[in-house]
Amino acid sequence: MTSELLQLICFYAFSFVTVAAALSVITLKNTVHAVLALVLTFFSSACLWMLLDAEFLALALIVVYVGAVMVLFLFVVMMLDIDQERMREGFVKFLPVGLVVAMVMLAEMLGLIGVRAMHAQVLGADPAALAGVSNTAWLGLALYTKFLLPFEIAALILTVGVVAAVALTLRQRGDARYESASQQVKIDPRDRIRVVKMAAVRNDESNAVDDNASQEPRP
Amino acid sequence: MSLSTSILLTIALAPLAGCLLAGFLGKFIGRAGAHGATILGVGISCALSFYVLYQLTLGGAEAYNQNIYTWFQIGNLNASVGFLVDRLTAMMLVVVSFVSLLVHLYTIGYMADDDGYTRFFSYISLFTFSMFMLVMSNNFVQLFFGWEAVGLVSYLLIGFWYKRPTAIFANLKAFLVNRVGDFGFLLGIAAVLYFLHTLDYATAFGAAPGLLGRTLQITAGTQWDAATVICICLFVGAMGKSAQVPLHVWLPDSMEGPTPISALIHAATMVTAGIFMVARMSPLFEMSSTALSFVLVIGATTALFTGLIGIVQNDIKRVIAYSTLSQLGYMTVALGVSMYAGAVFHLMTHAFFKALLFLGAGSVIIAMHHEQDMRYMGGLRKYMPITWITMWIGSLALVAVPFTSGFYSKDAIIEAVGLSHRWGAHYAYFCVMAGALVTGLYTFRQMYLTFHGEERFTVLAQHGHGGHGHDDAHADHGHHEPGVLAHAPKESPWVVTVPLVLLAIPSLLVGFFSAGPVLFGNWFGSAIHVDPADNVLGELGQDFHGSLAMALHGFTQLPFLLVLVAFVSCTYIYVFNPAMAGKIKRALNPLWVVLDRKYWFDTVYFAVFAQGSVKLGRLLWQAGDKAAIDDVMVNGSVKLVHRIATSVRRLQSGYLYHYAFAMILGLILLLGGYWLMGSGHMGSVLAGQ
Amino acid sequence: MISLAHYIVLGAVLFCIAVAGLFINRKNVIVLLMSIELMLLAVNMNFVAFSRFLGDVSGQVFVFFILTVAAAEAAIGLAILVLLFRNRSTINIADIDSMKG
Repeated sequence: MTSELLQLICFYAFSFVTVAAALSVITLKNTVHAVLALVLTFFSSACLWMLLDAEFLALALIVVYVGAVMVLFLFVVMMLDIDQERMREGFVKFLPVGLVVAMVMLAEMLGLIGVRAMHAQVLGADPAALAGVSNTAWLGLALYTKFLLPFEIAALILTVGVVAAVALTLRQRGDARYESASQQVKIDPRDRIRVVKMAAVRNDESNAVDDNASQEPRP
Repeated sequence: MSLSTSILLTIALAPLAGCLLAGFLGKFIGRAGAHGATILGVGISCALSFYVLYQLTLGGAEAYNQNIYTWFQIGNLNASVGFLVDRLTAMMLVVVSFVSLLVHLYTIGYMADDDGYTRFFSYISLFTFSMFMLVMSNNFVQLFFGWEAVGLVSYLLIGFWYKRPTAIFANLKAFLVNRVGDFGFLLGIAAVLYFLHTLDYATAFGAAPGLLGRTLQITAGTQWDAATVICICLFVGAMGKSAQVPLHVWLPDSMEGPTPISALIHAATMVTAGIFMVARMSPLFEMSSTALSFVLVIGATTALFTGLIGIVQNDIKRVIAYSTLSQLGYMTVALGVSMYAGAVFHLMTHAFFKALLFLGAGSVIIAMHHEQDMRYMGGLRKYMPITWITMWIGSLALVAVPFTSGFYSKDAIIEAVGLSHRWGAHYAYFCVMAGALVTGLYTFRQMYLTFHGEERFTVLAQHGHGGHGHDDAHADHGHHEPGVLAHAPKESPWVVTVPLVLLAIPSLLVGFFSAGPVLFGNWFGSAIHVDPADNVLGELGQDFHGSLAMALHGFTQLPFLLVLVAFVSCTYIYVFNPAMAGKIKRALNPLWVVLDRKYWFDTVYFAVFAQGSVKLGRLLWQAGDKAAIDDVMVNGSVKLVHRIATSVRRLQSGYLYHYAFAMILGLILLLGGYWLMGSGHMGSVLAGQ
Repeated sequence: MISLAHYIVLGAVLFCIAVAGLFINRKNVIVLLMSIELMLLAVNMNFVAFSRFLGDVSGQVFVFFILTVAAAEAAIGLAILVLLFRNRSTINIADIDSMKG
């Protein structure tokens, strides 16, 4: 009884934090703060998942999402020079619309869920514990047997994502200087030195030739 | 002893080789090369045709019937290229190749200064090939191929001088009128396939007795006898090709083509394809006396009424053209009374003397510098004696003076019609008898106007202004002042006169020697099938005691007396009293108008069919093509798409949040829809588990 | 005690907050991306809850895949964002309308 009450208290506490952090994500002025609020949302969601005995996914959410994806978000936000004020244009103007839409949708969803009837649906015992294994083992058994092909495809998608991200952002700067080893190796001395025959007496007509000769070949 | 496949193939293919050489390599081998190649090809065919005829008659060879090559195969239907060569085919081969060879020779002289010399030789060799394919065929598909191929070459040759609007009009007319006939022919072939399940002659003819009692429902409630339907449809094809009323209108106009063509295609060979076809199909036609009565009436009408038109024509070639129509009518009449052998015999003699007449007319036309109007001729006999004599021989054969070949064939037809009991035979007998008089009238009129009487042309050279326009008149012959010649007419060169002489010989003699066996001796054997009950020829043969007796008997018969009447009256009118022709014309003016207008066939056809189809075409073009397809369907759909796109493109603002808003809105509507119409919320569903 | 309704309602609330975020932050692409992450989180919440309720491992496997794809998506989305900023010097969506019809 006490553990159930404790769970309920924990649930409400974490869900309050989750909702509050999610609201901050969409309202905070500073984008960096918004990203940090999203990190908090993920953290508290992970805790809620813990309450559901989904330990592996909770930790994966923290490690993969908070540790990798959100850090990537932070990098990008800090890297880009964003005009914060301009970004907030229309915030007040669209706030009522957004609220109305969100409220209508929430009402519809709750109606469709049927909160009271749903409340009767009590969560049973942890299925992994019933199976006599840990949550991770339980998930892993399904993942490496029944879902092996989707699992490998997911790996492929991640690889493609990495390659695509690199390919998209990679660029060659036009103003940078590089050494080309292959061109240095195959250079011919005749390309470097040009012997120019000049008249002993300089006359005006040969100016053009002088101009040419004065241009030394580039190394 | 049997016929050799390679000889038959050579007969058919040698002219094709000549045609291809002259047609595609004409520029390289030149004029002499072109006529050399084609004449060699046709000459080989001609010699081999005579050899085949010799083998079949004196050599005792069996009839040849074999498939040589499978053209295509549809289900159980095999369309083969094959040859059926019996005596009927052999006779056609000899006639076609002989006349064709002489026309090739003649063309060297006639077309000497024409730009299309090599093209012309290529065409006539192609024609010869097509005609061989037609007559040698052993199945309906190949027959149809030859049928259409000769039609095509006829079209090409009528429009040979394609810069003349009249020639283009004439070839289009010939083509369209023949389409009507060919449509019937195709229906006939389809009916044969439908009822007899084969397109092979021998199989089809063998199965023909099975047609008895079978019917076909064409219109609701009416049963048509199958054999009658087949035969009338096939005969409609023959009506188009052999220019029988009412599909005869193209033949007189086809005289726009060069004269050798008129002789070869539009007198001697191609137009007789219909006659040959019906004779070949005799086992089918014998199944239906209704169809034969139809044939008989059509033929009799053609024989008399087209001949009448010939009397009022002034163009020398058109007179012979109407004469050809009339003679084709005689052949059709012979078919109608089941006298197939007589029809084919008349076909052969007619081929000789009509080709002779046409080539003679061509010779006259050369002499007159392409003037064809007989009103500007006259007295030509002293300028061109060979043409004069040979044309008289042809004319005597045409009017069937005893001992000429025309007599044997035509007199036999008239007698046979008199003996026949078929429905319509009395009408036909009157028509062919009156036709004999009419034939005499137009033939003698033509001969007198052309060769006798006073000269109705003037010769410029004799009047002292020969220096002017000598070359001009020669360059654009056909467009000069009528009746004015740059220099006096003279006899044509030997390439023209030799064919005349060579044709005059069979015109005179072939009847005398072959009438007995061909007409009465069952010469064709199994090639032609006649129901014993209708065998008028056999009945006639009982009174036959040799060609000599028949000719002597002919002097006392009505046809000869009618010809005599025609001769006397024409001699009086055109030689002794030239003013009388005009008087008669004025006295019989209404009749003259009817004949001059050709019974208004052309007028009606032009008004109803030509104008009608032009109007229909215009209507379809305006309403169907322009309005419905162009404006509504093509441009209309473009406009519709454009209009929709113009309004829809406003939705594409390019702003991401507009799209996001649309998606959210859609989600709200979807959820709202579930909420309102769904069977309950999720909680209750789970509770119900 | 905690019922299925708790988690489902929480997911719905999170989703609606994300929708509102899409509306009120219509200029800032980064916040839009984060709103989408919030939406995915709401969906994941439902998956985990139902997985537990039904005792079926498939729900958690799906969450695993969603996380994978979302990570890839975030990486590519941010890469595009960087590229966009490099070329246009802005991430303001109002300035990006070259796809206007």
